Amino acid sequence: MLEIEDLWVSIDGKEVLKGINLAIPQGETHILFGKNGSGKSTLLMAIMGFSRYEVRQGRILFLGRDITQLPTFERARLGLGLSFQRPPTIRGVKTGDILAACAGEKVSHQALAAAYDFLPFLDREVNYGFSGGEIKRSELLQLLAQDPKMVLLDEPESGVDLENLEVVGEIIGRLLQKDRRRHHRDKSGLIITHTGFIMDYINADQGYILLDGHLLCSGNPRDILQDIKKFGYEECSRCRR
Amino acid sequence: MSEIKERAAKSREKKAALGADLEFAGFSRQGGQWEYDPDYGRFDPEERRHLLRAGIELTDAEHAGTFLQADNAVVHCQANQPGVELLPITEAIKGHDLAADLLWRLVAVDADKYTARAELELDNGYFIRALPGVKIPEPVESCLYLRTDRFSQHVHNLVVVEPGAQMHIITGCTAHPKVNSGLHVGVSEFYVRAGGRLTFTMVHNWAEDIHVRPRTGVMVEEGGSFVSNYILLRPVKTVQMYPTVTLAGPGAVASLNSIVIAHPGSEIDMGGRVILQAPRTRGEVIARTITTGGRTISRGHLVGLEPDIKAHLECRGLILAPTGYIYAVPELEGRVAGVDLSHEAAVGRIAAEEIEYLMARGLDEEEAVSTIVRGFLRVKIEGLPPALEEEIEEAIRETGKGM
Repeated sequence: MLEIEDLWVSIDGKEVLKGINLAIPQGETHILFGKNGSGKSTLLMAIMGFSRYEVRQGRILFLGRDITQLPTFERARLGLGLSFQRPPTIRGVKTGDILAACAGEKVSHQALAAAYDFLPFLDREVNYGFSGGEIKRSELLQLLAQDPKMVLLDEPESGVDLENLEVVGEIIGRLLQKDRRRHHRDKSGLIITHTGFIMDYINADQGYILLDGHLLCSGNPRDILQDIKKFGYEECSRCRR
Repeated sequence: MSEIKERAAKSREKKAALGADLEFAGFSRQGGQWEYDPDYGRFDPEERRHLLRAGIELTDAEHAGTFLQADNAVVHCQANQPGVELLPITEAIKGHDLAADLLWRLVAVDADKYTARAELELDNGYFIRALPGVKIPEPVESCLYLRTDRFSQHVHNLVVVEPGAQMHIITGCTAHPKVNSGLHVGVSEFYVRAGGRLTFTMVHNWAEDIHVRPRTGVMVEEGGSFVSNYILLRPVKTVQMYPTVTLAGPGAVASLNSIVIAHPGSEIDMGGRVILQAPRTRGEVIARTITTGGRTISRGHLVGLEPDIKAHLECRGLILAPTGYIYAVPELEGRVAGVDLSHEAAVGRIAAEEIEYLMARGLDEEEAVSTIVRGFLRVKIEGLPPALEEEIEEAIRETGKGM
């Protein structure tokens, strides 16, 4: 579904991603580990095509189409959906209006909000005064409304309290069709996580470590997480050398 | 000569404290010969469409009253519901017990050359009164209309909301599609008596070379409430206004909201002043300004004269063009201990990350900008005619284009 070939990305002239190769087939969810500043968010932002992230080399293919030069909204319309780690606040704009715009005619945004106890937030300004958990719920409900084929999640559990963690996990499970057998799933995912908590709610197929702009240590995500917990990211650096 | 006339005569050439100075010689006092039009039959379809853009529906249905003044002529004036009195001000001064006594009490006749002209060369204006305890369900519609090019229109409006009464006035101030220049001087004095409620929505839809000088004073008595909504979305040459609301009785409340788009060539100097001179009064001034190339000064002044008052001022501006200019001047003046006055001012551009965030949800760039602009200008105004809401939407869409 998503293929990334030799992707080099810089931000404000500084090279951040240095030749990423990645393929996520339909129905699979891959997990991205890596310490802060390693380039994980940059990879997701570059996949979405944000202007600050300059692709200097390589290409991004989605559903067989080269989207490297496509504007962000066209990527979204093709079926890419991103949950931001720290989304902006937009004063005056109601969360319900954005949710409705994401849903279009496909689904009732109010029914979605009601299902996840989010109705009181629809009249509030986008992310204004939201707690960490409320921000994540808002982000994920927008994705549910968008119904993307490829789900990109940037640290969906960060800043979320225990009460909200359960809801966040449930929504992600729904987004990625956890309840279906693998060959019946048609959604794919790429998820950044530090804690691995989210893996309790999804079926993660593959994991990687991103270190200093390079993708390393592909394998079972739970094994990778165990190794990181045991040996830290330094061991990855040594292993690579 | 009366004392009022004498003061006006002395101020005939007195420059206003704010705004570009205008010479009356540059305008004409020859208005058109417009006849009274009981069924609006003298308005052609194009003119009707144009008036709709200022919220004027040209129908007596669904309005508690309708007043329409073209240049210096009152062409329609009719109260449609019990409890509403509606007269041209010139008739009210002669025939109504209240009117003459209430003029020039909230606005000084000698404030500047514009107030002076409104006294010395008065065309007309409206007198609207809601009788005690009457809650008027439909809005009263008024229209001050420039139908002749270069005309200098001078009006004086008087509104009285008696104790316990409630009323919404929608005023559309606009010019004929073929009129491009002129001057509108409008003195307005509003009295909200104890427990009364007045909502006043004013839509300005002028033209590129029209100058506008409203002069407004409002007094709200005990437990009364005044809500002002001001909407300016289309080009104008200059506007200078600084309405003053005095909260004179305990528990009185005022809320002044404005949404303004300053187009290239427009100079807009506007604000709102609330004087909280009684205990437990509450005030709010909220200004949303967008420039697509025009110059705006957004003022606000809260004056706290009693303890246990609370008021907030919010000036927010968006600059959407390199030549745009916004100058926010928030002023807080507390004269005793125990006042609670606050302000928030922010002027800037739309952040790229906000636009891209919405684009990640599938909105194209123009839709994203329009969504942000719509949110920015969102001020809840109840009772707007659907055509006016559509006009606001259209202005927002146009503003989002070419960003």
